[in-house]
Amino acid sequence: MKTFIEQLINGLSLGSIYALIALGYTMVYGIMKLINFAHGDIYMVGAFTGFFASTYFHLGFIPSLLLAMLVSLILGVTIERVAYRPLRDKSKISILITAIGVSLLLENGGIILLSPQVRTYPQIFKQHMYSFFNGIITISNQQIVIFVVSIIMMVGLQIIIYKTKIGKAMRAVSTDADAAKLMGVNVDRTVSFTFAIGSALAAVAGVLVGIYYNSIDPLMGIMPGLKAFIAAVLGGIGIIPGAMVGGLLMGVIEALVSGYGSSLYRDGVSFAILIIILLIKPTGLFGKNVREKV
Amino acid sequence: MKQILKNRLLIFIGLFAIYGIIQILLSTSILNDYYEINIVLMGINIILAVSLNLINGFTGQFSLGHAGFMSIGAYTSAIITYKLGLPFPLAILVGGIAAGIAGILIGIPSLRLKGDYLAITTLGFGEIIRVIFLNTEYVGGASGLSGIPKYTNWTWVFWMAVITIVLIRNFINSSYGRCCVAIREDETAAESMGINTTFYKTLAFTIGAFFAGIGGALYAHNFYIIQPETFNFMKSFDILTMVVLGGLGSITGSILSAIFLTFVYAVLQDYAALRMVIYSLLLIVVMLFRPEGLMGTKEFSLKKLFKKGEKSNEFTLN
Repeated sequence: MKTFIEQLINGLSLGSIYALIALGYTMVYGIMKLINFAHGDIYMVGAFTGFFASTYFHLGFIPSLLLAMLVSLILGVTIERVAYRPLRDKSKISILITAIGVSLLLENGGIILLSPQVRTYPQIFKQHMYSFFNGIITISNQQIVIFVVSIIMMVGLQIIIYKTKIGKAMRAVSTDADAAKLMGVNVDRTVSFTFAIGSALAAVAGVLVGIYYNSIDPLMGIMPGLKAFIAAVLGGIGIIPGAMVGGLLMGVIEALVSGYGSSLYRDGVSFAILIIILLIKPTGLFGKNVREKV
Repeated sequence: MKQILKNRLLIFIGLFAIYGIIQILLSTSILNDYYEINIVLMGINIILAVSLNLINGFTGQFSLGHAGFMSIGAYTSAIITYKLGLPFPLAILVGGIAAGIAGILIGIPSLRLKGDYLAITTLGFGEIIRVIFLNTEYVGGASGLSGIPKYTNWTWVFWMAVITIVLIRNFINSSYGRCCVAIREDETAAESMGINTTFYKTLAFTIGAFFAGIGGALYAHNFYIIQPETFNFMKSFDILTMVVLGGLGSITGSILSAIFLTFVYAVLQDYAALRMVIYSLLLIVVMLFRPEGLMGTKEFSLKKLFKKGEKSNEFTLN
């Protein structure tokens, strides 16, 4: 029981991080029908910005988090502007190939600029364990930070999407881009804004991962990126609450597999989940069936 | 008819000439071992790129799992020669068949999906195959299988590449192949014309996987050692770059870009990250400025080169 709860808490912390990344995937997919392969690498850039901010500029947690969000946001918007926007009317495959190209560019550009070595993230929060109920539940302060920050971000996102004008525009474009355009929505600006928010959330996930696992490297974005994508598909891609639930589920499943099975199977299980969900219910847990029109 | 025969004959003479010249250069050691390794690698990459082009370019089903099929061919053939001590030709054949069977098994469920979903599912299957090899002690787990006899040489690679190209080209020019191209152009229209899209998609996928397995078998017997890590999705991206650069739907394009990118690979062997930066920039720039790839769906043809006046719509390699 104790190990189960321990793995559950580990899984939920990892899952919150997946959820933050998955939100970016799901929003971009909702609005552009594009799997932004480079999203995991934007998360990597966020982690590195946080690392440099706190190691070399000795910024605190909040300032380095904000700086990481800003840098990733600019990067995300630039990528969309340069690499995706010119192809928006072209076939889906060509934009997907471009996304793969951007992802490889960020990874290997990162290796050249930052060296492939693994860096140790500074301990912003000295690890401290709290235990409840006679030690049945133990939770570290880092995990608490992860939960609190993720919850703030997710609530903030809901407010942006449902209470602001630009959020309304995002919902309109994701429902029907052409109709939204006719109603006077600036589609280009809305898409840029979506990339900005998604990238900023990925940066938050990057900084949190740095704090939690203490190590970052230029290729750290590949696997979490793919898994967050799986989380987005699991919840129903394009659906924001789906991404949150999917992320948490993925984290818990992964923690349980490494806790009880072999951690070597962890990546295989994640992909198996993806395949099963795509074959049984491709619209995901929260998805509605939409008939394809010719 | 006579013209076709004449062309065929010329092609045969050309092939033997290329084979003979390189073979003489290799056996007289004018081209040393370093060159041999890279020339062999070019041949293997041609097989991989052309077979992926059949799936991605001609049938329009975007697969990112080619490295997985390649690894099945590599491991199966290595087991046959190294563990069971059976002859190499059998190993190549069985490696290809094993990958082809995997292609059927993976293709039937995943080809129901389209576009980017299919891409990510095939990527997932490729990774699952890798994880399975990683956890199988019989084939060495993470440290891989080493001590595989070196059977792959210029002769094997050259003729296997020729066979691959000829078979895939003939497939594309057959009525089966035309159905595949029809599916690429418009799946709904193809289906309403009475084409069994699932069958043709799976067929193309299986043939592509079969040749990827052959490529894998040749690869395994060239490098003494195979590890699951070699066949991760980065390898699939490598092959994808070749196909995209050459042109989705152009066999000669794939051949030329496989040769060119293997050359880049050889030159930048010690700078893996720089090479990948170049690959990624190639992908982005090609997509932005020439989304159909360098050759598009056209084929490079000597005949057209000499007779510029005549425009032919023929869909051939001659």
